[in-house]
Amino acid sequence: MNDFIIRTDNLTRNFGSLRAVDHLSLEVPRGIIFGFLGPNGAGKTTTIRLLLGLLEPTEGHARVLGFDSRTLADKIRRHSGALFEHSGLYERLSAEDNLEFYGRIWRLGTKERRARIKELLTHLRLWERRKEKVKTWSRGMKQKLAVARTLLHRPSLVFLDEPTSGLDPMAAAALRDDLAALAAHEGVTVFLTTHNLAEAEKLCGLVGVIRQGQLLAVGSPDELQTSRSARRLEIIGRGLGREKLLASLRARPEIAAVEQQNNRLVVELNGTVDTAPIVNLVVNSGAEVEEVHKETASLEEVFLTLMEEEG
Amino acid sequence: MINDILTVMWKEIKEILAYLSGRSKLSPMIFVGVFGIFLPLQMGKTWVESPMVLVYSGWAALFLVNSIIADSFAGERERYTLETLLASRLSDRAILFGKIWVAMAYGCGMTWLSLSIALVPVNLMYGQGGLLLYPFTAGLGIAGLSLAGAGLAASAGVLISLRAATVRQAQQTLSITTMLLLFVPVFGVQALPSGWKARLVEALTAADITRVVIIAIGLLAVLDIGLLAIAMARFRRARLILN
Repeated sequence: MNDFIIRTDNLTRNFGSLRAVDHLSLEVPRGIIFGFLGPNGAGKTTTIRLLLGLLEPTEGHARVLGFDSRTLADKIRRHSGALFEHSGLYERLSAEDNLEFYGRIWRLGTKERRARIKELLTHLRLWERRKEKVKTWSRGMKQKLAVARTLLHRPSLVFLDEPTSGLDPMAAAALRDDLAALAAHEGVTVFLTTHNLAEAEKLCGLVGVIRQGQLLAVGSPDELQTSRSARRLEIIGRGLGREKLLASLRARPEIAAVEQQNNRLVVELNGTVDTAPIVNLVVNSGAEVEEVHKETASLEEVFLTLMEEEG
Repeated sequence: MINDILTVMWKEIKEILAYLSGRSKLSPMIFVGVFGIFLPLQMGKTWVESPMVLVYSGWAALFLVNSIIADSFAGERERYTLETLLASRLSDRAILFGKIWVAMAYGCGMTWLSLSIALVPVNLMYGQGGLLLYPFTAGLGIAGLSLAGAGLAASAGVLISLRAATVRQAQQTLSITTMLLLFVPVFGVQALPSGWKARLVEALTAADITRVVIIAIGLLAVLDIGLLAIAMARFRRARLILN
């Protein structure tokens, strides 16, 4: 089996005249948390539905877990778990009954089912409240329970559609930590859609940015940040205003401009370059360097830049 | 497949019980009170002897199924549980049959329970030392007509619920359908020329009740199967999600 758990080729879905997913070609490696970022209406949820075989593509193909989403959707669903924007819990039932139902659906034996329910609820600190009806719980607790339900049958691949949406910052942070711990513990591949960029930056090994159904960029958060960074180096210290130093710096091909302001030296770079030789040059010139800042764009800045560029 | 149907039924029963544990428990109690105590006391011995009990059994099962079937898919959609269920490994048929069978079991179970309870007041008040029971053929008729009535309501109800955006919408459509089913034959007969009416009454009076019941069960069963086939054909995951 190949190393990609999800592979799409020109995947497209139209709803009448609206193109929700537009020739999406994507490869998601096994065993990572993949963040699928995009604003509301970008096509994230439709992509999940296409990958699960709940919707048929208008054009293109998707292979998930090695199965074609058009012809073997039931096999995809058998080996994956999904948590959509709404928790999908039966609120009249207790937390335990909700998991019991899905444990039966996934055909876990009685002993295994009970042990697994206990394991997950204990891990998520919900075991003591398992007999309570879900409707009496907070949204944060419900989302945790929904995560437990999604992981109950130890799927190889989990789709999480904006799992922290609507949670307060504390509950969202707690759920994020639980998700990261569970994903590491279970060794599961996670396909996470979100428009919370801090969440993606913290959790994801690889992210894809989608807008109006089109994939704009894919890479690790670091790669995306580096590729879109402001390419500026700031050096703080003493003896930075010497003409000889400034002339040496300006002579280097990787440097676009140098500006000295009091005890600061601002170096504009030509693209993404190795900055260690520049710092060495400054130190060897006799300047006393106190701090060096390499300006890096946050994932949010990268995201906003991409949105502006494509808009 | 059977295991999956039983799993869906398990969940549906849990949900019905949870629903009935609230204020809604009054409805089945009222039903049992009317069909298990009030009407039998009113009718006396004729309750077990008259063919009317066969008509009651069919209608009672149909109404009971109607009271819960609207919730089957529209309720899942309204409470945002449908997509998660459809994203599971359950087959279309397991979901569909699980919901239909539970509704039928509820309708028939409550009907049979009420008709069994009805024997107590009838015997206490009108037994005169003997034991009043439904004749064997009437018992078979009750079982057949209640099953066929419940099946009709369940398959039609599921079909309506599959397409309805909300439970309320499904309930309204189902109520109108049931009223049409009830009133069209009644008013249809009323509208017949008096000669035809007389001939119809004469034919019904002379008819062998057993034969009439068998034909009625057969017709209902054909209708049930037809509606079920349509429901199966209309069960499409993509359509259910996009609705």
